[in-house]
Amino acid sequence: MPARVRRRGRPSAALLLILPSIVFMAALFVWPLVSGIAQAFSGPDGPTTAYVRRMADDPYFWDATRNTALLIVVLIPLQFALAVVMALLMRERPRLAGLHFYIWVVPLAISDLAAGLVWLSIFTDRGYLNSVLDQLGLGTYSWLSFEHPGTMFLAVVIAELWRATSLVFVIVVAGLQGVPRDYDEAAEVFGATYWQRVRHVILPQLRPSLQVALILRTILALEAFAVAQALTGRNFPLLVGETYQWYYTLQNPNVATAIALVVLTLSIVAAVGYLRLMRRHPEAR
Amino acid sequence: MTRRRLWVQLACIAITLFMGLPLYLITLAALSSRESLNQFPLSLLPTSLNGETMSTFLQSTGIVGGLINSLTIGLSTVLLSLLVGLPAGYAIARFAFRGRDPYQVGLLLTRALPIVVLSVPLGRIFLDTGLYDTTYGVTLLHTALALPTTILITSAIFLGVSREQEEAAMIFGASPFAAFARIVVPQALPGIAASAMFTFVLSWNEVLGASILTLNRRTLPAQVLATLADSPLAFRFAGGLALVVPALIFIAVARRYLLNMWGTTLR
Repeated sequence: MPARVRRRGRPSAALLLILPSIVFMAALFVWPLVSGIAQAFSGPDGPTTAYVRRMADDPYFWDATRNTALLIVVLIPLQFALAVVMALLMRERPRLAGLHFYIWVVPLAISDLAAGLVWLSIFTDRGYLNSVLDQLGLGTYSWLSFEHPGTMFLAVVIAELWRATSLVFVIVVAGLQGVPRDYDEAAEVFGATYWQRVRHVILPQLRPSLQVALILRTILALEAFAVAQALTGRNFPLLVGETYQWYYTLQNPNVATAIALVVLTLSIVAAVGYLRLMRRHPEAR
Repeated sequence: MTRRRLWVQLACIAITLFMGLPLYLITLAALSSRESLNQFPLSLLPTSLNGETMSTFLQSTGIVGGLINSLTIGLSTVLLSLLVGLPAGYAIARFAFRGRDPYQVGLLLTRALPIVVLSVPLGRIFLDTGLYDTTYGVTLLHTALALPTTILITSAIFLGVSREQEEAAMIFGASPFAAFARIVVPQALPGIAASAMFTFVLSWNEVLGASILTLNRRTLPAQVLATLADSPLAFRFAGGLALVVPALIFIAVARRYLLNMWGTTLR
């Protein structure tokens, strides 16, 4: 009898413990989500697509969409390559590993606004990069001018690479800790080169970590905006930056919500897309 | 083999320079006087360090207020997310209840929700409920963002605390709450502290939601962002350093827990 009472008592204790969090998440995730969809599609006179049309008519919106997509396509592969190299270097146990590790993970806790301001000191017209170029006698260049969209984009990519590679690095390092060294050593005994071992032994075992990092990073990259804001103002618009513009400067929360829903849709598409892609090719290396 | 070691060493130094040099430069810029920032080319060596730029920044309108708001919101977010998250993390670690798996999946799914999707509708909701432009409103948003991670991290921490000791305490007459407070909490405390710091940094860094949900009670990053376009370069550099310093401290203190927090628990 006591055993049954105990078993029946336990789930309710657990429920009691998680109930506050469920209520909280419902109030702050589900409610805003539902109310956001309502806000984007209903005007003063019932359902409307006016806000969505207004969003689509704004040339900044399409620039922002293109820039956001471009940023993800260029940034993510670079970031993953760098993070994997960094993790493999750490695996070699270099001298001063602790110091290197500390410097490599510091950007984890730096916001994208701060990263933008840090790189502004380097890329701005009278900044550190031009100072060095000038002292070397190479002449200066307006990296962040709207006349040079190429270098403007480059600056945003470098700032994001600097800030957000640490997250991928930490996930990969944690994943590497779970990879037994035996396989790697066995492959070495059988004469595999370092590159062959990385490609056929280490990377396949990192797949789960890389998959998590890929989904997380793509969603976070979709949300980047302050880094571009700090470096270029509105000259390099990004989707979330446009929500901020519509909400803050143009005082139109409905259009802002419509753009936010576009970001949400892209996040879901990216997450589902990665999951399906990786499931379909389980043997892909 | 030694040649390979040399290459590894050089590559590490190159990456450390890429990661570290910008931190040095922003510190240098923020600690240079406005006068020396107007010179060109800028000196890469700390030749004329002074606190003038930093103190001008701190005396600008809204900066001290923003600092206080950021601290208030950060600490309240830590308290609230632990208050709601600890019991839930404990439940996941200790009870095999029905719906535990969907609950955990639900927590992970919230991560796919961009902050912007919550912030803009919350602006309307907070206007209706009187929470707009208050530190409470921003605290609620930040707690919502931090809560899933807090729950998952604390459940991992509680899993590491031995169940037997807790039961032994109860056999010797301790109430479940006393057993929790005197056996579990002391052992879990370092991990909980790390998770609290993680939450604080998340709140300290979050700028979009804080900008959208406030007008006069801006946090420090929201204040810096709002005045970005009209402020001189020296102000922006000082703002950059002010936002970076907590990151340096946080990573120095929490380094031991990083791999667990960002690496393993986030799977």
